Amino acid sequence: MEPIVQYKDIHKSFGDTHVLKGINLDIRPSEKIAIIGPSGSGKTTIIRLLMTLEEPTDGDIIVDGTNLWKMEAGGDGKMKKANEKHLSKVRNEIGMVFQHFNLFPHKTILDNCVTPLVQVRKMSKKDAVELSRQMLDRVGLNDKYEAYPSHLSGGQKQRVAMARALVMKPKIMLFDEVTSALDPELVGEVLEVIRDLADNEDMAMVLVTHEMDFALEVADRVLFLDGGVIAESGTADEVINTSDNPRLQDFLRRFRDA
Amino acid sequence: MWSWETFIDAFPFIIKGINVTLGLTFTSYLLAIAAGFIWLMLESTPLKPFNFVIYWIREFIRSTPPIVQIFFLYFAWPMVPYIGTSFTPFVAAMIALGVHFSTYISEVYRSGIESVDKGQWEAAKALNFSRKDTWMKVVLPQALPPTIPMLGNYLIILFKEVPLAATIGVVGILSLGRTYGANTWSYIEPLTIVAILFLLLSYPSALLIRKLEDKLNRRFDKKNTKVKVTE
Repeated sequence: MEPIVQYKDIHKSFGDTHVLKGINLDIRPSEKIAIIGPSGSGKTTIIRLLMTLEEPTDGDIIVDGTNLWKMEAGGDGKMKKANEKHLSKVRNEIGMVFQHFNLFPHKTILDNCVTPLVQVRKMSKKDAVELSRQMLDRVGLNDKYEAYPSHLSGGQKQRVAMARALVMKPKIMLFDEVTSALDPELVGEVLEVIRDLADNEDMAMVLVTHEMDFALEVADRVLFLDGGVIAESGTADEVINTSDNPRLQDFLRRFRDA
Repeated sequence: MWSWETFIDAFPFIIKGINVTLGLTFTSYLLAIAAGFIWLMLESTPLKPFNFVIYWIREFIRSTPPIVQIFFLYFAWPMVPYIGTSFTPFVAAMIALGVHFSTYISEVYRSGIESVDKGQWEAAKALNFSRKDTWMKVVLPQALPPTIPMLGNYLIILFKEVPLAATIGVVGILSLGRTYGANTWSYIEPLTIVAILFLLLSYPSALLIRKLEDKLNRRFDKKNTKVKVTE
């Protein structure tokens, strides 16, 4: 099957810091990928590049056959930097959930979902409300439509954020350490929603996470990022039990001990 | 000596100027509010040298006294070749005060916009909001409410600067107070009246702004309390 996303020798530097040093990665449609690795290894940067929140220093990202960051300049086949219109078109296929939720604090949770549907998807208000309610029900927030984000718990906020990303029906959904900012007792309810999505949704999912056991459980494929490259890649079983990468073993051991 | 008789006599004469004083306040304030946005837009174009020039023009206007600008617009502007044109005193004062205060107000806007969390921009981008929707639906609704007290304060400060327009012949309450004094040789009562009128208008406005501020702070909670009750 054709991959829905391809990273081709992606490099990213922030100033003098060379964070990603040649990432090559194919994501198949509906594949669930977990990215693990020590902090500072560039896990988050990988998905931020795809969401167009950061621009790669070098390399290409292909989304559904289209080069994300470059476009044809004229008839001569030469590529130039993508403009906002091009980026926006590709971005339509991608959704993201953030570590710090980033809900719109001035809107009710229903409006957090309705506004992008109406503004971006050009959906009628009535349909948007209908779809948003369904999605909020699915993440277990059917009694909170009119509440404002400031009155929700962290776990509830993150579930709203997921509903907001989901109503847009992305083909690729990115999760950026979505449980890291939560109190431990709230992590479960968020993971439960992700598990539901992983089991029942067709979209590709990429999870950057520190929830090691969970990642290994839901992911079709686990990537171990280390030193700016994908140091190990395989099924959970392969990565955990058969890899002899000493850095990975060390990383997993530290996780067990913690 | 204080005379209530003079006071009562001067009052109706001076109050006639209130329309001009308030009219100049509000028109120049509206200009300042609109032009404040324009500064920000002009300063954030992709053309860096242009932004730099705009920055210094704005800095120049902000760092020179409003009365110099009023004089310049009224006396000097008509003599500027090609673009020069003469203004009525009212219009000259309105433009000068409006533009002068717009430089402060653009700073207020800027601080409001900078107070919006970076994550809000990222969420808007992740949801693929257009540039316009990002501003109109996400950033400005969060950036502007906290600036309202500051904007209100500038309205009051501007109101108190409006008598500067008397220097080029705009006949507001101050001019009428002085005229009354010159005609009758009683200055105490008319100028007291002028001061009282300013106080009567500024002080309640300040209270109003404080109230508005409270209301805005509570805004996001209102509907939610209702939900909580039904739980």
